[in-house]
Amino acid sequence: MLTIRNLEAYYGAIQALKGVSLHILPEEIVCLIGANGAGKSTLLRAISGLVLLVKGEISLDGVSLVGRSPEEIVALGISQAAEGRQIFAPLTVLENLELGAYQRFHKEGRRQITQEIERIFELFPVLQERRAQPAGTLSGGEQQMLVISRALMSKPKLLLLDEPSMGLAPIVAKEIFQFIRDLRESGTTILLVEQNAKMALSLADRGYVLETGKIILEGETAELLQNREVKRAYLGKGRKGFLEE
Amino acid sequence: MGNSYAIESQEMSTSIILQLILSGVTIGSIYAMVALGFNIIYNSTSIINFAQGEFVMLGGMFMVSLVGPLNLPMWVAFPIAVLAVTLIGMAFERLCIHPLKMPSVLSLIIITIAGSILLKGGAMFAWGKETFSLPHFSTEKPILLLEATILPQTVWILGIIGMVVLLLALFFRFTIVGKAMRACAANRPAASLVGINVKRIVLLSFALSAAIGAIAGIIITPISLMDYERGAILGLKGFGAAVLGGLGNPMGAVVAGFLIGIVESLCAGLISSHYKDAVGLVVLLMVLFIKPSGLFGSAQVSKLKKF
Ligand SMILES: Nc1ncnc2c1ncn2[C@@H]1O[C@H](COP(=O)(O)OP(=O)(O)OP(=O)(O)O)[C@@H](O)[C@H]1O
Ligand SMILES: [Mg+2]
Repeated sequence: MLTIRNLEAYYGAIQALKGVSLHILPEEIVCLIGANGAGKSTLLRAISGLVLLVKGEISLDGVSLVGRSPEEIVALGISQAAEGRQIFAPLTVLENLELGAYQRFHKEGRRQITQEIERIFELFPVLQERRAQPAGTLSGGEQQMLVISRALMSKPKLLLLDEPSMGLAPIVAKEIFQFIRDLRESGTTILLVEQNAKMALSLADRGYVLETGKIILEGETAELLQNREVKRAYLGKGRKGFLEE
Repeated sequence: MGNSYAIESQEMSTSIILQLILSGVTIGSIYAMVALGFNIIYNSTSIINFAQGEFVMLGGMFMVSLVGPLNLPMWVAFPIAVLAVTLIGMAFERLCIHPLKMPSVLSLIIITIAGSILLKGGAMFAWGKETFSLPHFSTEKPILLLEATILPQTVWILGIIGMVVLLLALFFRFTIVGKAMRACAANRPAASLVGINVKRIVLLSFALSAAIGAIAGIIITPISLMDYERGAILGLKGFGAAVLGGLGNPMGAVVAGFLIGIVESLCAGLISSHYKDAVGLVVLLMVLFIKPSGLFGSAQVSKLKKF
């Protein structure tokens, strides 16, 4: 479905990605783990057309994405819930969701979109309760639900999730992960970036490990979970310390 | 005898004050519209568009030509003049703002200043240095209101501005494009991630601001006349109102516009009209000393702003 070959990305003189190659098959959940500053968000931003200087190849079902604008990429079926709860704070919860379907308003009309929002409200009843409230007044976890829901409103073929569990209480994080699992059941393909490597690896089919702009490991998640390097660096095992489970 | 005279003069002065307030409201509503134009562009781009005043001037000038030499009826000329200025606003964005990749806000602002000089020069070339007037929209016979009189044109001005503000509010509140414009103002990267064409929103905001400016210019010209240089001072006052109301806050802009207009008019009538232009700016400075985010801006929001 998504193929990336030799992707390089630059912020001015800084090279954040140094030849990344990866692929995602239809209906897969693929996770991408790596330390802070490894380039995970940069990779997602590059896919979404937000990084200006990109070399290499990104294609969705054979259609090249490099050089396209973010809105074209949304139209092609890729949607992203970016890191850091990027809501439209002064707009209401309902308006945030409607804007998630911005491009569908021209094609499908309001009825369809209202139905879709009802479905989201069934999944996240809190959002329904708060629908008339400015999104900025939601709690962190609620905002994260909103951002993911909003990304779903465009009915993407491929959903990019950047650290959906960041800053959430473990219970809320679990809910979000359960939700992602349910999404896969409904046939959405997902690329998941996570700091919480254990949760991500237990959820995904395959995984990639990114380190300073390069993929250093890839494979089935079951294999990665057993990998000594992964255990040491990302699961906090094999080393003594209070972080250990 | 002396007593009744005193009462009479007191009545006179309240009626004078009422009269001054009314004319303050008239000019203030124009400042409010200019300020709205500033806000619309500021919200979608964080640019202060210093060409905003020129849109007002151009609106008046186009109307003058359409009604005078071309002899069109007012109601035909009005939309044509607005359309012409709207197209100029869009061309301005396409030619001067759009081509730049990742420009700094400062360079964008300087470009709008250059644009305003260019538009002013173009207007001088097209219309000369004369001062023009327009017939009032309906009769010029004043209407008695309480103890003051009000020109029918003032009623037109207030009515049209009321309509514009109402339509804008409905547009931003209930249409998906209006919501998209607010989304761009709130979080630009997130707006492009949901598939909003941000560059098109910027173009739209220039079109909208130019149209509002043009309307302001058209309705004020019958009362206050128009020449190619008039844009600068109207732009400055409108900018003052936008800042006073809290940049980016449309309701604040409207209230602040009226406030500046009224203070100015009272000063002109009760003290001296020489200080009229200064007084609005003094009020602005005083408010900014006490509350830098403007009368209605929240301190939290203003921390995030580049200006
Ligand atoms: N806008 C930018 N300008 C310059 N450098 C940037 C910019 N954004 C990211 N970088 C740099 O690119 C590198 C990769 O950043 P990126 O945000 O992709 O990391 P990440 O893997 O998502 O990290 P985290 O886990 O902390 O979110 C970092 O070294 C960062 O400093
Ligand atoms: Mg990141």
